[in-house]
Amino acid sequence: MTNLECLRGAAAPKSHNARTIAALTTNPGCSRRAVMDAAGIDKERLASHVGFPARFGQSQFAITRGNVFEAQLKANGCAELLRLLREVLALPIGAAAYDDLESVNQLDARADRSRELLTRAADGDEDAGTLFDHPLLRLEVGGRWVYLEPDLIALQFGGKFYVVEIKSFAVIDGKADGTKVSAAATQSAVYVLAMRRLLAEAGYDPGLVSHDVVLVCPENFSNRPVATLVDVRKKLSVLERQLARMGRIDAIVDGLSPSLTFDLQVDDAGVPQRPVAELVDGMGQIDARYSPECLANCELAFFCRHEARGSTAALGKSVREELGGVSSVSHALSLASGAVPPAEDEIEAAEMLRFAAKLRSECLS
Amino acid sequence: MSALTALARVSAVSSGVAQPIATVRHVHLSSRPLVFVPLALAGEANAPLAALVGSSPDAPQLLFVPQPRNRDQRFEFAAKLAAILLSYVDSFCGETETVPAGRNTEPRERYVDAPQILVPNGGGVGFVRLFGRSTRFRRTEGEYAVDASVPLLGRWLTFFAERSEYPGSSLLVSMTGALSMHWATGQSAVEDANLAALVGWIDPPSGMSGAEAALEAEDPLTWPPAGPATDPTFDNEVLAPAIEAGSLSMLESALRSQLMPTWELMWRGVSLLRGLPPGARVEQRWTADRDAFTGFASYVAEGGYPQAKRDVAVAAAQRLARLERAQALYDAQRAYDDPLLLAEYRLSGEAFAGTVIASSPDRIDDSGKRRVLRPHVTVRSEDPVLLGPGASVVSPARPSQTGSFVSVSGPDVVLELSGGMGRGLTTPPGSVPEVGERLTYTTLTESYQAPAAFPSREETPWTHGGPPVEYVPDDEDAAEDWS
Ligand code: SF4
Repeated sequence: MTNLECLRGAAAPKSHNARTIAALTTNPGCSRRAVMDAAGIDKERLASHVGFPARFGQSQFAITRGNVFEAQLKANGCAELLRLLREVLALPIGAAAYDDLESVNQLDARADRSRELLTRAADGDEDAGTLFDHPLLRLEVGGRWVYLEPDLIALQFGGKFYVVEIKSFAVIDGKADGTKVSAAATQSAVYVLAMRRLLAEAGYDPGLVSHDVVLVCPENFSNRPVATLVDVRKKLSVLERQLARMGRIDAIVDGLSPSLTFDLQVDDAGVPQRPVAELVDGMGQIDARYSPECLANCELAFFCRHEARGSTAALGKSVREELGGVSSVSHALSLASGAVPPAEDEIEAAEMLRFAAKLRSECLS
Repeated sequence: MSALTALARVSAVSSGVAQPIATVRHVHLSSRPLVFVPLALAGEANAPLAALVGSSPDAPQLLFVPQPRNRDQRFEFAAKLAAILLSYVDSFCGETETVPAGRNTEPRERYVDAPQILVPNGGGVGFVRLFGRSTRFRRTEGEYAVDASVPLLGRWLTFFAERSEYPGSSLLVSMTGALSMHWATGQSAVEDANLAALVGWIDPPSGMSGAEAALEAEDPLTWPPAGPATDPTFDNEVLAPAIEAGSLSMLESALRSQLMPTWELMWRGVSLLRGLPPGARVEQRWTADRDAFTGFASYVAEGGYPQAKRDVAVAAAQRLARLERAQALYDAQRAYDDPLLLAEYRLSGEAFAGTVIASSPDRIDDSGKRRVLRPHVTVRSEDPVLLGPGASVVSPARPSQTGSFVSVSGPDVVLELSGGMGRGLTTPPGSVPEVGERLTYTTLTESYQAPAAFPSREETPWTHGGPPVEYVPDDEDAAEDWS
């Protein structure tokens, strides 16, 4: 058993998808998350068992709307999508061989079939198609293969592949919610990377996959789709860096106690029996780097927030910076009141804090 | 985030309750604001689901869309909201005052008061903007006809939303924004966006710390989200079955239960803000709001077109420049009104406070053609003085008087004063600081800055698309899908 398997224990590894891989990049400095993800630990379940359940529910209205929008685009052999892609990518009219790869049942067979079709297309084989619906790609994450399913890959005349991502948030008068666009771009970047690696392994130029992805969203308040090209180069480099970091996870794992495990000791009824204190102690052995942004991105956020109480970083990066980098709340206050003498590297921060404290008490008295 | 606010945040953590970061109120508060708490259907582009609206704490009106995907029902919701909002707006279109002629302006009338809409958070402001966008182009005749009040509602909502981008405007205010301008909590700005948690920190129930109240506020069962997004569990377990069942009474009570806690928080927020004395310059900014309101009301009355979908190049650049100037002025005004905000500038060295130790109020400068009054004062600063000769400063105590640095020796700063002393060669009493007076001087000014010159509409350079055609909404705008 490898170290990572020990950490996970008896549970089956939690499988990744583009969304969870994208989330990896949001707090790249956090070892706790990197280790948990590399080991395939179910963070959501762990968080609930230790009493800090995550809240990432999805409304069924949002899910339905997303499905309806995608189905509408893909109806009649992707008729509506094709029209759009002809506009943004100048896809050749007529040439619309369409492969629905979702119909292949078995995962590996689907991945193989996808690879075969996509590489044939890269060869310039015109029969291979121009639109590939739900191909199955694979990407190595922390030493394990993860299956990924982009909405669609399109092949442009002249041989460039484009990842097409369908999202149901609206673009209104040319503007969309920035956070949602950014999240969609990061997910698409995961597909671009997987597709590039597929081509590279098969001996093709990974540059055949465009760094521009096609984002298809409803326009204004309607169901009418609109396609926009989004450049994901920056996201790609962040992603590659983080994946490389996961590859080096061994260095962190080697430093952990060999008996450390997050096995929940699930009983026959499927209920975790592991004492919470042991898990909390275990998590404490892996460095975390909590920031308020974790709340939107990581299942362990409420646990880590609780643990980070009393740190200035828990109040936001800018708070810590404004306090001259002092990391603990009580220490910042002691420096401000002059109750403790500053260390060598805190002299400047302490002076500023004392002045700030004097100003506040003067103005509020 | 400034160092003083950061310090207030850590103090809040240790004391368990939010700490003040302002000594006066910097937003205008109407005596009868219209509180508006909207909810949107998840997954859709700003499809209205429900709202509580009203200007009296004990009389909220509940509006809701029984089948949120039904287009006609959405327009019925819009018409009902229009009836409430337009009559509220109309109630301010009565008494006017005359604004005397200025150098380049005719005398004009201005309403003595203006409407004020309060929404829970930034998302509420977004809802107002998008709801305005989805209704203002509708036609009231022909194939896609809607109630006459709907496009009018759209224009007004758009006006409120656009005005809210103007620094210091109080026509449309988000409660989380207004509260976090005046209090620092012991949590992060991300968490402050939750109205219940924010109010919990500022005004925890007795026997509870702010931190505990905020933690409790994160449970969507006790404190449903303040919208426009709903709690997904509520959607799946309560809302969907109620819509499915088509039961109006079930829906009504479910939606009311989601909205009422926020409604109460809104009014608690109002009374927390009312507890602060208004800053001296709040009135001046509200006057600018009243001007904007009066102008738009007459534009609407004259049948003006709905606002364009996108600003044309010159208008966009002008708007940006205007917003930047307004922001600088707003920052200065708040610092002048509030010693705690002025203290930020003392911390950064752009201001210093001290006591006058010498004053020569009748000093005459006769080096030029004309003899002029140029008193000198020496201020002993209690703050580190980072400014030097050449700097010019103003004290909020005498905003029309400028002091120029003559010399600095140790903590003592000699300033030469000009302005704010009348036209004669002797100083009116009180116009020059006397020995013993304590003052703050800052480089911050609230003086008017001339707007940057922009080409007129007609002279828009071709690089920016050439002269724009006036935006006239077409049939397509009126018929736009809303699905
Ligand atoms: S919530 Fe915890 S584990 Fe997750 S990224 Fe943040 S600090 Fe790391």
